[in-house]
Amino acid sequence: MSAADARVLQRPHDRLRRRRLVNRLLELLAWLAALLAVFFLGVVLWSVARRGASALNLDFLLKSQQSFAPPNVEQGLANAFVGTFVIVGLAALMALPFGILIAIYVNEYAPRAIRSVVNLTLDVLAGVPAIVIGIFVFGLIVIAHGQSGYAGAFALAVLMLPFVARATIEVLALVPDSLREAALGVGAPRWRATLGIVLPQTIGGVLTGATLAVARVAGETAPLLFTSSLVATGTQWDPSQPLQTVPVAIFELSESAEPADHARAWAAALVLILFVMFTSLAARWLAARSRRKIARAGR
Amino acid sequence: MTSLDVSTDAPRRPFEGRRVRLGDLILQGAAGIAALGALVLVGLIVWKVVQGARLSLSTYGLPFIWHNIWNPVLGHESFGAGSLLYGTVVTSFGALFLATPIALGVALFLSELAPPGIRGPVTALVETLAAIPSVVIGLWGLLVLAPVLRDHVDPALHTGLGFIPLFGPPGSYGSNVLTAIVVLTIMILPIIASISRELFLSVPVELKEGALGLGTTRWEMIRGVVLPYSRGGVAAAIILGFGRAIGEAIAVALVIGAVTQINVNVFNPGYTLAGIIANNYQGASSGIELSSLVYCALILLVFSILVNLFAQFIVRRTNRRLGGRR
Repeated sequence: MSAADARVLQRPHDRLRRRRLVNRLLELLAWLAALLAVFFLGVVLWSVARRGASALNLDFLLKSQQSFAPPNVEQGLANAFVGTFVIVGLAALMALPFGILIAIYVNEYAPRAIRSVVNLTLDVLAGVPAIVIGIFVFGLIVIAHGQSGYAGAFALAVLMLPFVARATIEVLALVPDSLREAALGVGAPRWRATLGIVLPQTIGGVLTGATLAVARVAGETAPLLFTSSLVATGTQWDPSQPLQTVPVAIFELSESAEPADHARAWAAALVLILFVMFTSLAARWLAARSRRKIARAGR
Repeated sequence: MTSLDVSTDAPRRPFEGRRVRLGDLILQGAAGIAALGALVLVGLIVWKVVQGARLSLSTYGLPFIWHNIWNPVLGHESFGAGSLLYGTVVTSFGALFLATPIALGVALFLSELAPPGIRGPVTALVETLAAIPSVVIGLWGLLVLAPVLRDHVDPALHTGLGFIPLFGPPGSYGSNVLTAIVVLTIMILPIIASISRELFLSVPVELKEGALGLGTTRWEMIRGVVLPYSRGGVAAAIILGFGRAIGEAIAVALVIGAVTQINVNVFNPGYTLAGIIANNYQGASSGIELSSLVYCALILLVFSILVNLFAQFIVRRTNRRLGGRR
């Protein structure tokens, strides 16, 4: 065997080695990318947990913010927790029925052409930046009626609406047509088939969508900045007044120069993250449960 | 879908002599009005924002968009969004530049490479990263990330890459354009990653196995089958991430340093359209400043609508090309 023959025989082997090397390298890069993403999450969570835990105590949860208080007075963010609860609750009350009705229309009534128009509208609405929603509600409500919890709740509801509607559309599409046909077949009017048979099947999925939407908007600052931020001292439950909220409080406290304010911002961030993670987990559980239920109903 | 269409047509053509039921009328009416409401809502948003910007629109007109001046001092007011637009474009593209390769790596890892045991947990972690509120990321960016970048990363980048004008002499502030880019990267990374992961998972297994059966390596299979198959969707995901980056107000307002100047060096503070609205709208000192800030919101709104329509266009075109999948 000459040297040239040996090279010819060698070549495919070299190529295979190079291909395998490239493969290895790119697999390694994908592993590193995943590690990096997890690292970012870990660093953020660890920072918040470490700095937030030290300022998190009973006073923080039960006492309200005070303006112009001397720095040694114990302050909490009870007013912000109450405000977020009221505003997000109201927003869900506004967005849920509206979103579910849109989904019923899209899935059960709309002709194909209109269906895609509504879907596109929902996509556009979901893409409008939160800060622009804030400006919109400022122009629509705040200029005439001043800031209030209602204005803030409306702004959050606009953000929630496309989420709720799209989640409901998805689960309505999962309901097997055999159910609709069975209901219509025994003579049920269409509205009873929809409200009494189809919609109850989707409750789990709708709740999942609603929970995810709540988790998302509970952390939104931008829509509340101009609609519910000029707050009075003390805990306020009345949504006709502007209410303090957790994200707005974090935003204001983080721009302060006082280390004590930073500590409270971290503690509030910890509470907010725990709430968001808890609700997301609950949503995941609900989703798995409702998928099983719909699958059973189809059989 | 066909059987559904039959059933949706049924109530609109009731049998001869059968009355239209009141309940059907009410539900279809209410649902139709709600759907119309969504359209009206988008129209109302556009109308209210245009109305708020009217004073600035009539004073400055279109040149507002590229004029590089922002002077709110009473008696000397003059406004133009040039530096803000520059800051928005630089931070968004910078974030996209950093986030896209990482996000695609994460998505490929989760869909093709990860061992079954860690696939679920890592997917959940990436989704958790997406769920962290922007104000928390901003707080972390301001108090933790910015000092680290200022003390360690900025000087190193300048030493290594100083020949590129972007990496000029490091400033003394941690709040600068680069910090905003990193913060935005962390925010859009999980968005692009989770959409891409779903697209990669939707690639038919037969195609992947076919490629592997022909003797390709895993990377060659990804490059030859997975990426071409999901190209359109991935492009749409990247565009949606871009839309998210240009519209992010709170986190950017906290870390970018709030200076309305065009400065090529990313170690200097800057500003973005969304950021200046978040910081200045509440305390605007004159009607024209307020209106100019709404003009900025109008630019953002137009941007976001265009970006979304473009993404939808790409998705639809790809779906058509793939032979009406879905």
